[in-house]
Amino acid sequence: MEKFIEMEGIVMPLDRANVDTDAIIPKQFLKSIKRSGFGPNLFDEWRYLDHGEPGMDNASRPLNNAFVLNQERYQGAQILLARDNFGCGSSREHAPWALLDYGFRCIVAPSFADIFFNNCFKNGILPVVLNNKVIDDLFVRVENEPGFSMKLNLPDQKVVLPDGTVLDFEVDAFRKDAMLQGLDDIGMTMQKADKIRQFELDRSKAAPWVFQYEGM
Amino acid sequence: MNAKTLYDKLWDEHLVDDEGGTSLIYIDRHLVHEVTSPQAFEGLHLSNRKPWRPASMLAVPDHNVPTTVDSAEVDDPVSRLQIQTLDQNCTHFGVMEFGMSDPRQGIVHVIGPEQGATLPGMTVVCGDSHTSTHGAFGALAFGIGTSEVEHVMATQCLIAQKSRNMRIRIEGDVRPGVSAKDVVLAIIGEIGTAGGTGYAIEFAGSVIRSLSMEGRMTVCNMTIEAGARAGMIAVDQVTIDYFRGRPFAPAGEMWDRAVDRWTELHSDEEARFDREVMIDGSTIHPQVTWGTSPEMVVSINDCIPDPGDESDPVKQEGMRNALSYMGLESGTAMQDVFLDHVFIGSCTNSRIEDLREAARIARGRKVADSIKQALVVPGSGLVKRQAESEGLHQIFIDAGFQWRNPGCSMCLAMNADRLQPGERCASTSNRNFEGRQGQGGRTHLVSPAMAAAAAIAGHFTDPESV
Ligand code: SF4
Repeated sequence: MEKFIEMEGIVMPLDRANVDTDAIIPKQFLKSIKRSGFGPNLFDEWRYLDHGEPGMDNASRPLNNAFVLNQERYQGAQILLARDNFGCGSSREHAPWALLDYGFRCIVAPSFADIFFNNCFKNGILPVVLNNKVIDDLFVRVENEPGFSMKLNLPDQKVVLPDGTVLDFEVDAFRKDAMLQGLDDIGMTMQKADKIRQFELDRSKAAPWVFQYEGM
Repeated sequence: MNAKTLYDKLWDEHLVDDEGGTSLIYIDRHLVHEVTSPQAFEGLHLSNRKPWRPASMLAVPDHNVPTTVDSAEVDDPVSRLQIQTLDQNCTHFGVMEFGMSDPRQGIVHVIGPEQGATLPGMTVVCGDSHTSTHGAFGALAFGIGTSEVEHVMATQCLIAQKSRNMRIRIEGDVRPGVSAKDVVLAIIGEIGTAGGTGYAIEFAGSVIRSLSMEGRMTVCNMTIEAGARAGMIAVDQVTIDYFRGRPFAPAGEMWDRAVDRWTELHSDEEARFDREVMIDGSTIHPQVTWGTSPEMVVSINDCIPDPGDESDPVKQEGMRNALSYMGLESGTAMQDVFLDHVFIGSCTNSRIEDLREAARIARGRKVADSIKQALVVPGSGLVKRQAESEGLHQIFIDAGFQWRNPGCSMCLAMNADRLQPGERCASTSNRNFEGRQGQGGRTHLVSPAMAAAAAIAGHFTDPESV
């Protein structure tokens, strides 16, 4: 995983609550057995006027110019400003893969769905929770100030706006550390292999039926 | 000793390590399907790792499989590659798989309990958000992303943070004709799709206790639609009876030992919950969703609500978008909404009791001429076989339904079963998101009885009135 320390980027607003992972990356693209290449199909149904299928030449598809992602002023955006319950629905990690592949490194919203929130950290995307009032205000400012960008600083847990306003955000210490160092979760857990083995041994005595399927 | 909730007990029993708010928990059962596993298996390959305990895993293709043919032939080459990849990975890593031609093949959340591969007191994970289904058995079960799938494969553990405790009690008597699906839709209507975010939900109360295991699975299945990753129900005699004689369940002396442990799987009398919700079961009517989020739900006797009555501007805008997407107008009576398709299936409602319920309504009747297609897709090969032995398939076929092979099918339309833009469907599945059943498709979530009734009438109607 790539490290995340700080970044600055253009903000793209997506003014809808309950944006689900089906909307982020429609299911027909889940047939891929790879982790990459989902960017051109991010928000596919909102972004294009035709129906997308895997293998299509996306560059020649008709764009829905009313959708924010296609608007000139938001090209190159790396921060997504969203509404409540962002990322609800399916557990598909293809959703953060698509966001990342497109270029988003950070999502700011009043709340996130749990599984999606978790999946973001596993992929080096920082999900930032800010309260509804602040989010409302950001939507207004992004709309009114072309090129509106924000700075994200993970070590200090701060968002800095163009006028110098600083907003604090919370982040779990463990996840923060993993992101700052770009650590591989599996490698970290493997360091506790002895503990896991001991636990497993104890459990196989206490609840042998959990393990009886071994060798079936 | 501190009084504990069911969730606390399950959590504590699986805690391997606990460091500053982030914990390592041990995973007993790992269910795997073709869509969210290839990248995880690839990760193992690339880093030269092996699954920690392959026997904890059970794999099945379900999301992509066609429901029309009796063979293992998949026409779509992209889907075929994904299914073949699962077969190859399972062979390579020594993982048990119920392949396409195995009679036990079916939707991952149907086959786990059916085989007894999911048991009370287990931690169960799967790269699928509806893993919450398995909580019905007093298990701690939740969906995970693909990175976590790989993590569980490699370490048998998951890095997790403990959720807060919520209890939803539904007390009283429900009206005749109100099913588990109606109960859970009413719960989501009450607390909202983000109401359970950050919580593990325990469903309790007399209404829950009176449900069969299959009904309890329907309730827990949709916990994720209320924002909570895990939903669960205490073990009682109904739970224990369900597992007796299942292939992967313990037997003999081991069975007795297991039952002793399982009977402890309930919240202590004194246990404290961070949030409690109480719902009067007698107020629940058959439910229908009208919008593009499961919380946009009303009773069958109601009209489509008016966004103008909603004070929150973001919600109001959401309602307007939903009405426009769904091609509906506020004030329309739900019973006046006509349909093009009916889908009976999915991990929410494709088990034998669901099919019996739908067949009860369909028996001796005919699907309305205006319905383009009415599908019945059993949850597994074994459910299909059971239904056929009871003659349910014949009831459906005689009424004009199509009787299909098991799989996820039109629940998410990754295979050929899907809606065309603008088509309207009464569906027993769990998500009515935009495009869920096909781009531009319009989904209304209902119970199996309501779906069957709607197929007969051509529009929504109280199942008890047909
Ligand atoms: S039936 Fe639907 S909800 Fe259930 S696992 Fe399959 S796609 Fe997911």
